[in-house]
Amino acid sequence: MNIVRSHVLVCGGTGCTSSNSPEIIKQFNKELDKRGLSDEVKVIQTGCFGLCALGPIVIVYPEGSFYSMVKPEDVEEIVEEHILKGRIVKRLLYEGDLKEAKVATSLNDTNFYKKQKRIALRNCGVIDPENIDEYIANDGYQALAKVLTQMTPEEVIDTITASGLRGRGGAGFPTGRKWAFAAKEDNPVKYVCCNADEGDPGAFMDRSLLEGDPHSIIEAMAIAGYAIGAHQGYVYVRAEYPIAVKRLQIAIRQAREYGFLGEDIFGTGFNFDLDVRLGAGAFVCGEETALMRSIEGHRGEPRPRPPFPAVKGLFDKPTILNNVETYANVPWIINNGPEAFASIGTEKSKGTKVFALGGKITNTGLVEIPMGTTLREVIEEIGGGVPNGKKFKAAQTGGPSGGCIPESLIDTPMDFESLAAVGSIMGSGGLIVMDEDNCMVDIAKFFLQFTVDESCGKCTPCRIGMRRLLELVDKITSGNGTLEDIELTEQLCYHIKENSLCGLGQTAPNPVLSTLQHFRDEYIAHVVDKRCPAGVCKNLLRYQILAEKCIGCTSCARVCPVGAISGEVKKPHTIDTSKCIKCGACMEKCKFGAIVKN
Amino acid sequence: MNRTQVRSGKSTDKARSGSRISPQPEEKFSEIKKVIEKYADREGCLIQVLHEAQQIYGYLPMEVQQFIARSLDLPLSEVAGVLSFYSFFSVKPRGQHTIRVCLGTACYVRGGKKIVDHLCESLNVGVGDTTEDGKFTFEIARCIGACGLAPAVMIDDTVYKQVTPAKIDAILSRY
Ligand SMILES: Cc1cc2nc3c(=O)[nH]c(=O)nc-3n(C[C@H](O)[C@H](O)[C@H](O)COP(=O)(O)O)c2cc1C
Ligand code: FES
Repeated sequence: MNIVRSHVLVCGGTGCTSSNSPEIIKQFNKELDKRGLSDEVKVIQTGCFGLCALGPIVIVYPEGSFYSMVKPEDVEEIVEEHILKGRIVKRLLYEGDLKEAKVATSLNDTNFYKKQKRIALRNCGVIDPENIDEYIANDGYQALAKVLTQMTPEEVIDTITASGLRGRGGAGFPTGRKWAFAAKEDNPVKYVCCNADEGDPGAFMDRSLLEGDPHSIIEAMAIAGYAIGAHQGYVYVRAEYPIAVKRLQIAIRQAREYGFLGEDIFGTGFNFDLDVRLGAGAFVCGEETALMRSIEGHRGEPRPRPPFPAVKGLFDKPTILNNVETYANVPWIINNGPEAFASIGTEKSKGTKVFALGGKITNTGLVEIPMGTTLREVIEEIGGGVPNGKKFKAAQTGGPSGGCIPESLIDTPMDFESLAAVGSIMGSGGLIVMDEDNCMVDIAKFFLQFTVDESCGKCTPCRIGMRRLLELVDKITSGNGTLEDIELTEQLCYHIKENSLCGLGQTAPNPVLSTLQHFRDEYIAHVVDKRCPAGVCKNLLRYQILAEKCIGCTSCARVCPVGAISGEVKKPHTIDTSKCIKCGACMEKCKFGAIVKN
Repeated sequence: MNRTQVRSGKSTDKARSGSRISPQPEEKFSEIKKVIEKYADREGCLIQVLHEAQQIYGYLPMEVQQFIARSLDLPLSEVAGVLSFYSFFSVKPRGQHTIRVCLGTACYVRGGKKIVDHLCESLNVGVGDTTEDGKFTFEIARCIGACGLAPAVMIDDTVYKQVTPAKIDAILSRY
């Protein structure tokens, strides 16, 4: 066997793929081949490293040099300088804190990773997700072997219960308890399902997990199958995740070949197999009863509970459904013991949580932090703060079911209880940062539009109520609202929450309620002063040219699509507000800061 | 609710972009027939069949729906009902290329709306429509998983990052 002296890890997650990482892999193989190094140096396509903003990312081991924003043209230099001559290509290093110090051997030395603790993401960016041997080399399928040969189903459930693991899909239900309910049912046919529908627009951790470490999900589902007495599992994935679907299918095939799925696993007589089912673009299918209807091939409409799926779920059989990230924790818990997991996090929220950091933040990407880490640590230390010298205004968690956390509460610990206490939720882990340029009423409207589009239409409070709610908020943002409208909005929110059939409607008013709670003054500014403080709501905007700053360069007049700007060359220009469509093109164009909106 | 207009899709589906030139309808029907045979004895396979049929045919017009209903021995209303529920399925023919502007939260916060407004105007189409020359179908996506690169736009299978109205014009001129 050849001795491989160097490994080149190239991120093949969706973010980096869109930044051209496949071409980089091709280039590496070509350059290595040219120099006869193909046997000594191995190029591996991994899952997401988390730092998507700086992609494509390449890490060269054994040095652990972390190269960011690599272009195909850079590959030759890396091969020639680093791999051949052992000289690290400094100009491509991630500039966080690695550049000065001698190159760190581990990612953990960077600010971005220092505060993170990677349990669910333990293999993402470390192994080749399309190669089962790499997963096995990192303790893969050890937990399944241990469970099948040394533990009873009850012991497995007790272990998960003792770890304090709670569902990562949104509601935070204790996983061990859920499994125990299904295990109690006396039925020869039961099912294990995995929710990979990832509906929150702005969250992509489930996708990254499936792309970066699909075997951990397969292993965990087999463990769950053993625990509750099921022999068939389904993974429900969005059809819009082609890379994830492909890798999952490869992984299932490999697991079958190795005998980790199928009949008589590890010679223990336990049978378990998995199927992938594709979603088709309906947010409500993330809800558990709707998801099961969809796997059955019907319209994904939810139904009232009880009966709960643990009693009567898929094809009317006892079924458990867990989120991708929930499953990803399971093998780790079995291998490291429930105490190790329970020692991380807060009293009621154990372990870690993965967040997708996005919006107005320097280091966008995926982060996994111990529960109870404060929002401030996530934003200022891991996330590198708000870019362009702007001021942090709020963080949105929980997507369309969640809320906004204002700057005054930036020291809130990120765990289930604390987030609920400030009027938001943990949700599936989307974390969108907003700065002073974002209007909170507009953000609330954004989520309402989403839920109105995605309401399945089965129950009236959600189908009609949400539409009325959107109209009210729209009235406010267009400057026609009154103080009574704000009251009415609030009341309607509570009606919808109390009377909707499923979690979609029950949580859809949350973005409005939480912005009303923390940013009521912005709503009032819209209706009383007819002003949008952040300068977002178009109807309330007026663009103006400051005569003392305008030098008459005419570039604004030329860029204006409707000819609303006039003036002589080298003399201050003016905007005809009756013609202005408030597109903002002039303001972007002006180099002298002479155009303002208010 | 207008499901054909706003798609909650994150990212690519080859279904919509590809296979415009290739086989004649009869061949396509026999391909669909094969798919149906493959799934015949599996419970709840309708959605999977629709996925593959759309991949083969490009979209799912009434003839295709009738064909699937007959072959699976289902009422047409069931097939049409399921199909219309999911925004991923399309009953209209599509343009040569699909432009999908992301309006997920991260992209929205970073100005995705401006790109939508700009394209509506410059292409002279509404969201969900196809340009008159049949070149582009213009849609909105909810997060294409490139939140770190917001605002993102996807044309067929290619993701463009940190797009501005000016940049998108330059990008489109290459198609
Ligand atoms: C409208 C709606 C959408 C949901 N979307 C998702 C989703 O995309 N992913 C997910 O894991 N859970 C989602 N859930 C939560 C699921 O219903 C369910 O609680 C969860 O998958 C259970 O897994 P867990 O206990 O591991 O969290 C959604 C719930 C509702 C009401
Ligand atoms: S929000 Fe646009 S890619 Fe995620």
